[in-house]
Amino acid sequence: MTVPSANASLDSARTGQLGAPLVRVEGVRKSFGRVQVLNGIDLDVTAGQVVCIIGPSGSGKSTLLRCLNRLETIDAGRIWIDGELMGLEERNGRVRPLPTSRVRHQRERIGMVFQNFNLFPHRTTLENVMEGPIVVKGMARNRAKAEALAMLERVGMADRIDHYPGQLSGGQQQRVAIARALAMAPRLMLFDEPTSALDPELVGDVLAVMKDLARDGMTMVVVTHEMGFAREVGDKLIFMDDGIVLEQGHPADVLSNPQHDRTRTFLSRVLK
Amino acid sequence: MSLSAPNTTAAAAPEPGLAIDHRRRFHAGRAASAVVVLFVLVWLCYTVIVNPNIHWDVIAKYQFAHVIFSGLWVTIQLTIISMVIGILIGIAVAVMQLSENVVLRYSATLYIWFFRGTPLLVQLIFWFNLALLFPRVSIAVPFGGPELTGWQTNQVVTSFVAAVLGLSINEGAYMSQIVRAGIQAVPPGQREAAESLGMSGRQVFSRVVLPQAMRVIIPPTSNQFISMLKTTSLVSVIAGADLLTVAQHLYLANFEVIALLIVASIWYLVLTTVASVGQYYVERHYSPERSDRRSVGARIRRNMRPGLGRMEELA
Repeated sequence: MTVPSANASLDSARTGQLGAPLVRVEGVRKSFGRVQVLNGIDLDVTAGQVVCIIGPSGSGKSTLLRCLNRLETIDAGRIWIDGELMGLEERNGRVRPLPTSRVRHQRERIGMVFQNFNLFPHRTTLENVMEGPIVVKGMARNRAKAEALAMLERVGMADRIDHYPGQLSGGQQQRVAIARALAMAPRLMLFDEPTSALDPELVGDVLAVMKDLARDGMTMVVVTHEMGFAREVGDKLIFMDDGIVLEQGHPADVLSNPQHDRTRTFLSRVLK
Repeated sequence: MSLSAPNTTAAAAPEPGLAIDHRRRFHAGRAASAVVVLFVLVWLCYTVIVNPNIHWDVIAKYQFAHVIFSGLWVTIQLTIISMVIGILIGIAVAVMQLSENVVLRYSATLYIWFFRGTPLLVQLIFWFNLALLFPRVSIAVPFGGPELTGWQTNQVVTSFVAAVLGLSINEGAYMSQIVRAGIQAVPPGQREAAESLGMSGRQVFSRVVLPQAMRVIIPPTSNQFISMLKTTSLVSVIAGADLLTVAQHLYLANFEVIALLIVASIWYLVLTTVASVGQYYVERHYSPERSDRRSVGARIRRNMRPGLGRMEELA
């Protein structure tokens, strides 16, 4: 843990447990104004697991993902990442939001990939990947460049290092975005519908990179509509509806033998 | 008629039946208008050239006079200093306006409301006469505490200082709106991507938001700069020693009003033209991967048209 915290004993107690989950979500609630988006979410992700979250739009799956690295604050509940309370601190028996200066250190260990890539358009492919290590970790330029090149090699974008994002296809941009997140050497990767903005023929390249990551043991939480990916790569599939986890289990079980009517209805629409 | 695929190599010699006559049609109305405009232009030039009241010898004598150059130099200094301070104020006020703190937000709004809501001419005269309000400026303990050190206001606020104060504080109010629009034009996903990498608020702003906002900020800012070159002439009312002031001093002595105004105007045109060329290169620098490559001439012509430049920028 890079962040000194008042609840250090709590941290070490949790990480000390054998097989303790990398991500633990307990009773998380979140509303936007009068709309209750998350209605008491419990979820565990152990290290090395690939967890896929599916559900109809508006079910709260993207919001849940954004809560995990505190791009959204939560109204109630707890999220632990790697045994550390995310975005909150316990002091004198009260739980309060952490100042952003400390949240940012927690975020370093969580990579995020967005639906719309969000590459920095004023920087080249290589500069996009180098930006985090240099600015956030203070890494030397030479080393950052070497590592960025290795990451770009891994996602198959080593031949486009001097291109600007505007000169790349959506699939290429998304692979660079994955390399940018990996360059921070995260413990956990969050994917927010990474293939939803792509032309169908480009989806495969991005999914291949993600499968490769999963094979290497990266812990991943993936909000997706790609049932094939969930079935093939996922260790756990979660079906969310109306801000709750309606159903979860092994992807093959959930997809072929859903227990709830709403899961069945949703899957029948998605799988055709 | 052939339905075979179009043959690109045959472009030089199309089939006779498919050729198109691309010569432009004759537009009688346009031609008539052009003739009228040309006639007016020639007539205007003729009256100016043969007019014995325009003393070309006087213009030639003063165009490169030392005293005119001193005024030109003051105009350039005023423009650059006021723009730099104005931009810095503008960035600070824009950030304040976008702050979540109510006090910061409303202070910024108050500043903009006041300095855009009163004429620049009035503000310049006000700063020049600051001594009437505060005879002394001093470093002291606030709210009537003891004075540590102080000066006579009239010694500190010279007409040059008053000019810089008036121009830059007024410019800051306009620049803040330009900067704010630029910051708001950056998609929120950019900020989120930077935050998810673990960047601090300051890093997110300086490395991700501001560089992207610059593309939106630069074109109107260079327009403001060119506008400022001309606006500095207002400081002639407080004896600002700028180009117009020295021209006025000269014609008050020798009564060559028109000749000296022409001398000043020629230099103003030179300044705005040079600035327009600079604007072209600055804008190109900030959009390296964009192919907005209008010619220098087009830029200059655009800046000759009052008010139109900005609308074109939005189009």
